[in-house]
Amino acid sequence: MSGAFRTASGGRIDRTQPILFGFDGRAMTGFRGDTLASALLANGVHLVGRSFKYHRPRGIVAAGSEEPNALVTVDRGGGRLTPNLRATQLELRRDLKATSQNRFPSLDFDIGAVNNLFSPLFSAGFYYKTFMWPASFWKHVYEPLIRSAAGLGRAPTEPDPDRYLHRYAHCDVLVIGAGPAGLAAALAAAETGARVILCDEQSEPGGSLLAETEARIEGRPAAEWAAGVARALAGQDRVTVLPRTTAFGWFPDNLIGLAERVTDHQDRPDPRLPRERLWQVRAREVVIAAGAIERPLVFPGNDRPGVMLADAGRIYANRYGVRVGDRAVIATAGDSGYRAALALLGAGATIAAIADLREDPAGAAVEAARQAGIAIRPGTAIAGSRGGHRVTEASLRRIGGSDRVERLDCDVLLMSGGFTPAVHMFSQSRGRLRFDAALQAFLPGKSAARERSAGACNGRFDLEGCLDEGFTAGAAAAKAAGCGSPRTRRFARAGAVPAPGGFLGAVPGTGKGKAFVDFQNDVTAKDLQLATREGFRSIEHVKRYTTTGMATDQGKTSNMNALAIVAGALDRPIPEVGLTTFRMPYTPVTFGTIAGASRGMLFDPLRHTPIHDWASEHGAVFEDVGNWKRARYFPRSGEDMHQAVARECTAVRMAAGMFDASTLGKIEVVGPDAATFLERMYTNAWARLAPGRLRYGLMLNEAGFIMDDGVIARLAPDRFHVTTTTGGAPGVLNHMEDYLQTEFTDLKVWLTSITEQYAVIAVQGPRAREIIAPLVEGIDLSPAAMPHMSVQTGQICGVATRLFRVSFTGELGFEINVPADHGRAVWEAVLQAGAAYGIVPYGTEAMHVLRAEKGYIIVGQETDGTVTPADAGLDWAIGKAKKDFVGKRSLSRPDIVAPGRKQLVGLLTHSPQEVLEEGAQLVADPHAEIPMRMIGHVTSSYHSAALGRSIALALVADGRSLLGQTLYVPMPDRMIAVTLVAPVFYDQEGRRLDG
Amino acid sequence: MKFSLLSLARNAVSGQTAGPAQWRSPQPRAVYDVVIVGAGGHGLATAYYLAKEHGIRNVAVLDRGWLGGGNTGRNTTIIRSNYLWDESARLYDHAHRMWETLAQELNYNVMFSPRGVMMLAHNVHDEQVVRRHIHANRGNGVENEWLSPEQAKAFCPPLNISSDMRYPILGAALQRRGGTARHDAVAWGYARAASAMGVDILQNCEVQAIDRDATGRAIAVETSRGRIAAGKIGVVAAGHTSVVMAMAGLRMPLESYPLQALVSEPVKPCFPCVVMSNTIHAYLSQSYKGELVIGAGTDAYVSYSQAGGLHISAHTLDAICELFPMFRRMRMLRNWGGIVDVTPDRSPVIGLTPVPGLFVNCGWGTGGFKATPGSGHVFAHTIATGTPHPIAAPFSLERFRTGRLIDEAAAAAVAH
Repeated sequence: MSGAFRTASGGRIDRTQPILFGFDGRAMTGFRGDTLASALLANGVHLVGRSFKYHRPRGIVAAGSEEPNALVTVDRGGGRLTPNLRATQLELRRDLKATSQNRFPSLDFDIGAVNNLFSPLFSAGFYYKTFMWPASFWKHVYEPLIRSAAGLGRAPTEPDPDRYLHRYAHCDVLVIGAGPAGLAAALAAAETGARVILCDEQSEPGGSLLAETEARIEGRPAAEWAAGVARALAGQDRVTVLPRTTAFGWFPDNLIGLAERVTDHQDRPDPRLPRERLWQVRAREVVIAAGAIERPLVFPGNDRPGVMLADAGRIYANRYGVRVGDRAVIATAGDSGYRAALALLGAGATIAAIADLREDPAGAAVEAARQAGIAIRPGTAIAGSRGGHRVTEASLRRIGGSDRVERLDCDVLLMSGGFTPAVHMFSQSRGRLRFDAALQAFLPGKSAARERSAGACNGRFDLEGCLDEGFTAGAAAAKAAGCGSPRTRRFARAGAVPAPGGFLGAVPGTGKGKAFVDFQNDVTAKDLQLATREGFRSIEHVKRYTTTGMATDQGKTSNMNALAIVAGALDRPIPEVGLTTFRMPYTPVTFGTIAGASRGMLFDPLRHTPIHDWASEHGAVFEDVGNWKRARYFPRSGEDMHQAVARECTAVRMAAGMFDASTLGKIEVVGPDAATFLERMYTNAWARLAPGRLRYGLMLNEAGFIMDDGVIARLAPDRFHVTTTTGGAPGVLNHMEDYLQTEFTDLKVWLTSITEQYAVIAVQGPRAREIIAPLVEGIDLSPAAMPHMSVQTGQICGVATRLFRVSFTGELGFEINVPADHGRAVWEAVLQAGAAYGIVPYGTEAMHVLRAEKGYIIVGQETDGTVTPADAGLDWAIGKAKKDFVGKRSLSRPDIVAPGRKQLVGLLTHSPQEVLEEGAQLVADPHAEIPMRMIGHVTSSYHSAALGRSIALALVADGRSLLGQTLYVPMPDRMIAVTLVAPVFYDQEGRRLDG
Repeated sequence: MKFSLLSLARNAVSGQTAGPAQWRSPQPRAVYDVVIVGAGGHGLATAYYLAKEHGIRNVAVLDRGWLGGGNTGRNTTIIRSNYLWDESARLYDHAHRMWETLAQELNYNVMFSPRGVMMLAHNVHDEQVVRRHIHANRGNGVENEWLSPEQAKAFCPPLNISSDMRYPILGAALQRRGGTARHDAVAWGYARAASAMGVDILQNCEVQAIDRDATGRAIAVETSRGRIAAGKIGVVAAGHTSVVMAMAGLRMPLESYPLQALVSEPVKPCFPCVVMSNTIHAYLSQSYKGELVIGAGTDAYVSYSQAGGLHISAHTLDAICELFPMFRRMRMLRNWGGIVDVTPDRSPVIGLTPVPGLFVNCGWGTGGFKATPGSGHVFAHTIATGTPHPIAAPFSLERFRTGRLIDEAAAAAVAH
């Protein structure tokens, strides 16, 4: 026997499989098919948590995902700790260990409950009105106090070892919810041959039918019919049935996010499976069959453990074989209370009375209760409850009658204010809700997406209506998706038709005491009324001021009651007060599910050059540049970065170095208008650049600031090989495509990224030509045949190459472009050929130093999006005769041509071994005090081995007119004196370019 | 009524029957000296300072919806002032100083929490950018300091500083007096204080046209609640500024994008500060309720839809899970969007317009909340005197014509 409150038979649990589980260290037994909530209730446990603000004892209220109170932490070990899980959704499995939350030291005795005594102080928004004086108390007293009160469960502290995966799927019809309407919709759609996905948040399809004991569909008990339909659907190739899968979000163009819980319910999680899976489903049509959520009644003491939703009481009895109490009082505004009463009666409980807010309750359910001899009090309100950790008494009061209160002993109090259609997904789809006055509910109105609602979420509460509406919706969806029509079908069914009922807002005629609207956030009817009196008239304001509807259930059980109370307080109709916006997710979604496999090295694509492995094998230290790993330097044993870089630089200046430049962006620009296109995209002139020649290209944004640069080769009249910076490559291609597709649609040009097609090996230094000469075939390397800034095609090491003669070091240099697959072999061949000459591989750090010695800029270092060509000393790169290019107009704006702009200069520290910090500022006055007038900053700064001293580049206001003068770099503890010089430190005449 | 523990206790004893409205909900008058369009934090602050510092109390603040319902109530509430450029540092630090005493100023606890804002550096270029900021900030008297990875971890224990991460943390900039505030309370506090001085807050009052006289001067707004004449009009309409300004015939240099944010379910305090990573797009703090508050990015395309794509939220959650792998099992509770108005240099526009009588305060992009008090303060001065406040002067609309841009974002651009 698992628990004293388990019925002798019935329910969908498997009584042959008892399961041991723990709650707050207490061992209990349940059955396969239980949820943690049903298993606890079977053991007579109602008290499961403490509320957020007042730490009031709280019990299980609901039987599904709308549960506001029963939140627990589950620790599966090894970092698998999850807070705030709903006990009503947690499937029982072997060794499930759950603990209650927001209590200290224990659930039974919680010190925080002292808040309840001071609750008159803690009215809505109290914290905005206090904790201000004395101001000095805020930081050390008030704020720590407020912060320590935060939260429910504890966050995990260990990294999560579990895996999460993503699936992308397309379908003709997605059906959200597998209750009667959803199953009928899926049946209809599947019959047309449509590709159907049917998802449901519960552990098995069936929805409300799983707790149905009377109704029969097509001659079979409803739950059995549901299981049969689900099985038949799942057996079809074009249908996917996803239990434990919540449709949580609606995104543009019918992209629906589904969160599937894959292994949490398994006794031993299958290691081949992810814990959860995110489905991103692009559905031609969607049928929303999300059902409805029962509303609590708002009356004093409605939050005591043992006070539950009526339908939850029925579900626990019928689906789980659990009697939620021995003696029940039922307060209702509709049939649900009667159905629950009958179910509890069947489960062996006594029904003390049913208090019905309606004056003349009638209908089949009422009649059945009467027949069963249950005492019915029409026109009677629930006025309050008593009890500590469990309800012990309910008081009833005749509406409009005397003040006489009838007190009834009970250990469970079931309540029903009627059902709220779950319009969340419809609303997320941007459809407009309409208020149905007869049903007192918001229902789907005008659609904005390709969807249709059916069943209880559409205001149809009778089984026959749900089945018919579901089938019709499924058929219509399939047809709209172009899949034809199913044969018409009616579902023969038997069972009671529900009578109208329902109640919104605070129960009238109740006494003093806290009547909760939002259980988890401890928001009472009085809080809402207070907020309206304080001027919070919009429902959004009330929500934010009182926090109603902002708890982890996002107001599923509370929003309509809150709205009605606010409307009442403002004396305005409900639709005028409006509804807060429904946002994704429908129920909380694990971060890991959304992140999926994107973790560790899969977090972002990692790009390796063809020479990466060689560099790695030879001890390179790498740096991240964009997605790339680039070799920063190649330390030999005992060398630090400074020593390695000095050695690498010296080798390049004295003999030769080789550098992996493969990461540079490469775009092939091809077509009869290729030159015209480049004329427009770059500042330089391209029309007359002869094939076989290279030119440095400068690209501006529309504001006239330097955006990118690179060397461009003209391979043929209609073909250019464009290089870009490493980090800028994707942006430059996008920028070019953007213009080509939106502005220059007249040009015949095609762009192809060839970055990864080529390995690029820069060989730089006075011996560069000698080193590569023996490896090259079909290219005349002589200075006359192949001058600086030229390109030739031929072969190197037997491999086709585009050989550039170009230099980013100021030395004689070549850049060998070879197909990526041959990159490493050519690299090693060059290294071998150069060994005799003293060639060394060098990294990005030496590259930076070498180019800085020559005053060559690096985009992103000397430029920061505010630097014009003139600022950087690059006006020579502007084609003076060109009519237009991107950014040209901006270059003539008044502040761009005005004096005072920052210009690129060189800096020499007065003390030659002092290396400035990059980013340091420059001031004119050595005694400047904070706030000081800063006239520039250091963009690059290194020790130069070639010069035996430090060098730096800087941008300084009117810097070119200050050459020779002394400025100062303010550091936290001192001023560093520097002299402004021209930004070329080495080989000013450029003689070394020819070796 | 002055808010205090005493008044709260008095109400508690009396059963809180007396709850005076925090602001009046008056009918529109026919004429105001100044009409502010947009009752967000910036607009309400503008009205407050017009009344308090310039004695201009015949002011109306109009909003299409409810006050504080736009970006003021949708942002991730990060407050800091460690901006690079002198102009920005002055503007944001002006606001930052005002935050420190705002609760007392307004007699409304806006819960400014200087818990420290840490910006992570993940590569050599990041480090250069961060250090440049620190140097420039020091010169401007704005506190900002460099932390090693170990120091960053000591300040924020959940941080993953392992070197085998895809983008390891090389260090961080920390502004200790940066932090967060309770966003709704800022709007409500300004509304309450402004209303008490006579400012009319007109909610559900949509501006449908701006009337100009024969000289071209803006003289009135046509609204869903009738025509309202105004001596001066200040537009503070955030993501919809372009729409409102078009009513005066002005085309604004703005693009509007959806920007998303999200929160987790609430948990006990586990995250002590604010962490930002521009490189991998992660912005995280923990609210007073215990929710992890996470900022995501903007959509790639312009739109007025207050909802963005799933891949945008997914991208930021990837980053959060990388930096804080223990939060991978936490769950997203709510995700929402707001419309941000972005200028070509991603700095705001505060000042005069080519239309006489019409002033504008816009273009705050993704970072306007932190500037709320300062923005309102300098904009009020600009409207009251008809000349830009010295701190606001560089942020003129004119700069896009003259080219004197203030580009903070470009300063962090990556290229090599």
